Amino acid sequence: MASYLHPVDPPAVDGLNIVVCIKQVPDSAQIRVHPVTNTIMRQGVPTIINPYDLFALEEAMRLRDQYGGRVTVLCMGPPMAEDSLRRALGLGCDKAVLITDRRFAGSDTLATSFALATALTTLAREQPIDIVFTGKQTIDGDTAQVGPGIAARLELNQLTYVSAIDSLDQDKGEIVARRRAEGGVQVLKSKLPCLITMLEGSNVLRRGSIQDMLRAARADVTIWSAEDAGVEDPMKCGLRGSPTVVKKVFAPSPREEPAEMVATEGKTAHQAADAILDLIFASQPKLEADLVKGA
Amino acid sequence: MAQPPQRPAGGRAGMKKELPEHFKAYKNVWVFVELERGRVHPVSWELMGEGRKLADKLGVELCAVVIGPKAPETKAAIAETWAYGADTCYICEDVALTDYRNAPYTKALTDLVNTHKPEILLLGATTLGRDLAGSVATTLKTGLTADSTELDVDDEKSLAATRPTFGGTLLCTIHTLNFRPQMATVRPRVMAMPDPDPTRKGGRMVWHSLDMAEADIVTKVLEYVADATTSDANLAYADVVVAGGMGLQNAANFRLVKDLAAAIGGEYGCSRPVVQKGWMPADRQIGQTGKTIRPRLYIAAGISGAIQHRVGVEGADLIVAINTDPDAKIFEFAHLGVVADALQVLPALTEAFKRRLGGDVKVLEDA
Repeated sequence: MASYLHPVDPPAVDGLNIVVCIKQVPDSAQIRVHPVTNTIMRQGVPTIINPYDLFALEEAMRLRDQYGGRVTVLCMGPPMAEDSLRRALGLGCDKAVLITDRRFAGSDTLATSFALATALTTLAREQPIDIVFTGKQTIDGDTAQVGPGIAARLELNQLTYVSAIDSLDQDKGEIVARRRAEGGVQVLKSKLPCLITMLEGSNVLRRGSIQDMLRAARADVTIWSAEDAGVEDPMKCGLRGSPTVVKKVFAPSPREEPAEMVATEGKTAHQAADAILDLIFASQPKLEADLVKGA
Repeated sequence: MAQPPQRPAGGRAGMKKELPEHFKAYKNVWVFVELERGRVHPVSWELMGEGRKLADKLGVELCAVVIGPKAPETKAAIAETWAYGADTCYICEDVALTDYRNAPYTKALTDLVNTHKPEILLLGATTLGRDLAGSVATTLKTGLTADSTELDVDDEKSLAATRPTFGGTLLCTIHTLNFRPQMATVRPRVMAMPDPDPTRKGGRMVWHSLDMAEADIVTKVLEYVADATTSDANLAYADVVVAGGMGLQNAANFRLVKDLAAAIGGEYGCSRPVVQKGWMPADRQIGQTGKTIRPRLYIAAGISGAIQHRVGVEGADLIVAINTDPDAKIFEFAHLGVVADALQVLPALTEAFKRRLGGDVKVLEDA
């Protein structure tokens, strides 16, 4: 069955063609927010590859090492996100694509999944894509919505929160993976092409070889505008393509009643502890009875 | 795939106040009831409590959505929705919905939404809920706010979903102005569990057929392996929680946190940076991206109190904060504050609790 990522049926088989979507994220909480648009001002903050994406990168490279093929890293972001793509090349990825355009600015998860899905469709015209990997979420957005968004747009079989890939059969196009569920693990059998979001701790990231690092320094990172990526309707990108609107950004206010501070001046730790206990049980009399009962 | 035509406003979409005509018929608050392996996830009932408040403010119905196999457990879940306040229950029962799989569940929920047009759709931010919500929102091309910590409706009857942003530096309030339904997920334990009313009368039941053959569902569940330990649930539902932060200085000092938790018969946890340092496992993390807790007593040792931690503990009845820094954020939302070195106070507290409570204490059952 032909699909967005397998425009040619049957796909040309030459190992696995894998794409990993990564994001460059701020490495700290020193975020500044634009007072008018309520969007993030990323200038001057040190950046890293989103830590959750590293598990996706490693898993993709392991599959490539085992079955042959290549790993492409894809990133939507500002021009400086090229640094993160070079880092991924230095770890051993084969190809890097940055989609960067002012019109992507302010994208929410729906607009982000649109831009990435469009770029993936364009990449698949060069060579059909078998697996798209993402991290489970980013540390700046923390939504875990972009992976499922890409899968929904490209009608890919979706495997989220994957902790291990048990087997892959290229001839049949079948994959068996373990998925984190509430209170247990689902073992799922699915078919390629699919989208996998990797769970943290599922593997250990390799160190790039010297050759890879040297290659990465000289490699070309493909840089695409929205048009290059295949976007036909810019109204679906960025702020305009984002149904969610941030109406307010604010710091939480302190509780109305300030904390009662326990005087520790001149007390030993034991005296302070007794004072704390008295206050705890004075405010929660039933708790003491229940704790003693439980003893 | 039916989708509404998009007619974005000029300039910035979403700033336009007028809801497009075809969305004006969208009405009522829906809560997705997460039924997995015969059990309803408690977050569903927590959301029903919250959904009831929103529905009352809007003057509309609260509706439950139950998706699962044709089985006694599904029937029981439907019956339970009345006790938690549902006026109408939308039901999709099919053998293909026995185990959670993304494709059939996405189809069931998007078809229900397109047919019955709710204005608000809430789901639990569990592994199942997040897997499903992202697919459904994208298929419907509408807005979705993840891990909301507060839900409200404004004067214009628009859902205001508040969540921490950027690793917990600030909070932001998010609206979906021009699209329907307005979707949000909420983590377990963020909202209080409402008291069920078993005497409440059953409401309207609306059945919907899946129209999807098993042969057309590519993904198959081969096996389900239950977790050996359930530390997850214990931490979220514990009556007493003791947690440590970066103020404890190294991994070895977390022994003090565990000792105090054991002495009171509670659970232990930590803040996000502690997990990032590798001092504690990820399933012990408390906060926005870890566990949300609602204990009767919460003792935070050496935790500064970033927003992402705050939203995970604000449901506690009593928050006791120990920190050497008198200006630490945590004192802004703690009930009791102790400016002292946690490394000295923790062992002293352990002894004091042991003396008061008498020796070994078992873990409390949920009251």
